[in-house]
Amino acid sequence: MGAVIAGGGRPVVVVNAAEGEPASGKDKLLLTRAPHLVVDGALAAAAAVGARDVFICVDRHAADALSSMSRALDERSALEPTPVPVRLMAVPSHYVAGEESALVRWLDGGPAKPTVVPPRPFERGVGRRPTLIDNVETLAHVAHIARWGPDWFRSTGTPSEPGSTLLTLSGAVARPGVYEAPLGASLGRILERAGADGSGLSAVLVGGYFGTWLTAEQAAAARVSCDDFGCFGGGLGCGVVVALPWGACGVSEAARVMSWLAASTAGQCGSCVHGLASLADATAAAARGRAPRDVALQLLRWADQVEGRGACRLPDGAARFLRSSLATFQQELDRHLRGGHCPEHRPVLPLPSPTRDTWR
Amino acid sequence: MSVRLRVDPIICDGHGVCAELFPERLSLDDWGYPVVDTEPIGRDLLAHARRAVAACPVLALTLERV
Repeated sequence: MGAVIAGGGRPVVVVNAAEGEPASGKDKLLLTRAPHLVVDGALAAAAAVGARDVFICVDRHAADALSSMSRALDERSALEPTPVPVRLMAVPSHYVAGEESALVRWLDGGPAKPTVVPPRPFERGVGRRPTLIDNVETLAHVAHIARWGPDWFRSTGTPSEPGSTLLTLSGAVARPGVYEAPLGASLGRILERAGADGSGLSAVLVGGYFGTWLTAEQAAAARVSCDDFGCFGGGLGCGVVVALPWGACGVSEAARVMSWLAASTAGQCGSCVHGLASLADATAAAARGRAPRDVALQLLRWADQVEGRGACRLPDGAARFLRSSLATFQQELDRHLRGGHCPEHRPVLPLPSPTRDTWR
Repeated sequence: MSVRLRVDPIICDGHGVCAELFPERLSLDDWGYPVVDTEPIGRDLLAHARRAVAACPVLALTLERV
């Protein structure tokens, strides 16, 4: 935020509600249930950095979120004009369109594809002006802090990580949906609340398809905190939590996700385009039991090769997810490669069909 | 002042000329795209680095100040 104020030119505020993460629902929930809170947060941020333009960027296929936000903005302008113009933008429906640099490029009239950084958007963003890009949830917190004060915000959570966070739970839970939890809360308790059978879980994916797997035991012991998820090598990320039931096949799930991630490339960087395709093909072959016995070594070698090689973090996220899958489902993988029987199972991880949207 | 190599992965088409000319700091991944060693380049290697930069057919390789 300081960098945006210090930069040259009138700052711009962008609300990132692209929410391309397939298993995430928190941003859409905020837009449909509390759109005015999001607008309040965006206007508070605009006032803080002296911005004259606010763009709210929503996935163009998220019809409910778009109409809800559109109605909220109409309600506002019917009362009094907002201090700065707030524009609702329907962004192309692509996983990487939610990357900050992709939003800037698209708002400037280009395709919704990431650019090479630096310069980062806070240095040179929309219209070459310093641009503050925040997630919907962050701005909802900002609105609450502006209204109730920092002490109120600190009254929940932990001293080092105050406040609460939104988690989207799905998979083997009786009551899937978006849950608000104080930071530091027990992930095991939250899974119980959502109706997960602790002894019936094979693993839990935390942080979406850029995230990592926890074993059922690790998940039961974990706390909802960046510190704690950090110690498992992942991050809280987008707050996605997917419970994988016993009997599901972690290797097949990993293959499905890798194939989707490979199809989600913007097609710009060679190592991403070809590397993710190679990783997806080899993971799929392993899931069918038609891969060499040392396929894990080849996959890890490729994961190292693609990491840090793209303009955006798609290859990094794919590499992290794959490494975590290999570590968590090592025994399943061995069984597949020995030609063991893998019973037909219903896919668990939610994946949209490959997008055919344009990039403009 | 010292410099280091930087490759723009969007512009790069994987011609591979750079790795041929400057193997001390550039190698190719399994798909033919350059992996850059970003250690600062000493005076002894600067001429090689400049030659690799100049030879890139799409101008994806640059020298940047550290």
